[in-house]
Amino acid sequence: MSEPIKLSYHVPGDDFTRAGEASSAVKKTLKKLGVHPDVVRRVAIAMYEGEINMVIHAHGGEIEVEIHPDIVKMELRDTGPGIEDISLAMQEGYSTAPDEVRNLGFGAGMGLPNMKKYTDDMRIESELGVGTTVWMTVKNE
Amino acid sequence: MDVQDIKKILNATVYCGEEFLEREVHTACGSDMMSDVLAFVKDQSVLLTGLVNSQVVRTAEMMDMVCIVFVRGKRPDETMITLAKDYGIVLMSTGLRMFTACGLLYENGLKGGCNA
Repeated sequence: MSEPIKLSYHVPGDDFTRAGEASSAVKKTLKKLGVHPDVVRRVAIAMYEGEINMVIHAHGGEIEVEIHPDIVKMELRDTGPGIEDISLAMQEGYSTAPDEVRNLGFGAGMGLPNMKKYTDDMRIESELGVGTTVWMTVKNE
Repeated sequence: MDVQDIKKILNATVYCGEEFLEREVHTACGSDMMSDVLAFVKDQSVLLTGLVNSQVVRTAEMMDMVCIVFVRGKRPDETMITLAKDYGIVLMSTGLRMFTACGLLYENGLKGGCNA
């Protein structure tokens, strides 16, 4: 596996049932490639949290994944409302999700902190009214 | 214990994954918040929940869980059953409430898997 494997996904924003399809597909690919189960799980959880966020807050978006021999890189882009205060959004328990999202089992304010917890590096850029991009990497050691 | 034991202890109905009932399980967690499952659960193989939607199955898949027990008589829909079959996850339903279901499993040797 010398050349990186590149995967792209469109995340539809209008169907909560389908949220997680991209993460599930990436998980399957990593498993097939024989990547260590811990790395597979960390990538899957971080990406799934991001994918759920995209559906809940941003009407979907685009995800690009690069699988290198030593690292997995993820880029999640949306054109949603943007994050007003990123440091606040990174705090455990802080959430702007409406009650109907909580009734679906999400919106506890754990998404972004959890993405940071499961990855080796995470960076967010966001502009109000323009959108949000999240970059995450997980080392494959 | 194995998944078959969970079925017996909780007097549960299995909706899919009959072929996986012999899988060994040692730990479980109970939650209706998938956010918390993703944040705090580690290496637990059974999820007990009163929440019924496709993301419960996806969350269990991300966490490499082998069995989901729906409490309070909640039943999975066809979409969830199809997903669970694809992932090789057992889905079952018990009429018991969350506290009682968790208590019975704990009493029979299934642990929480963490000290907190």
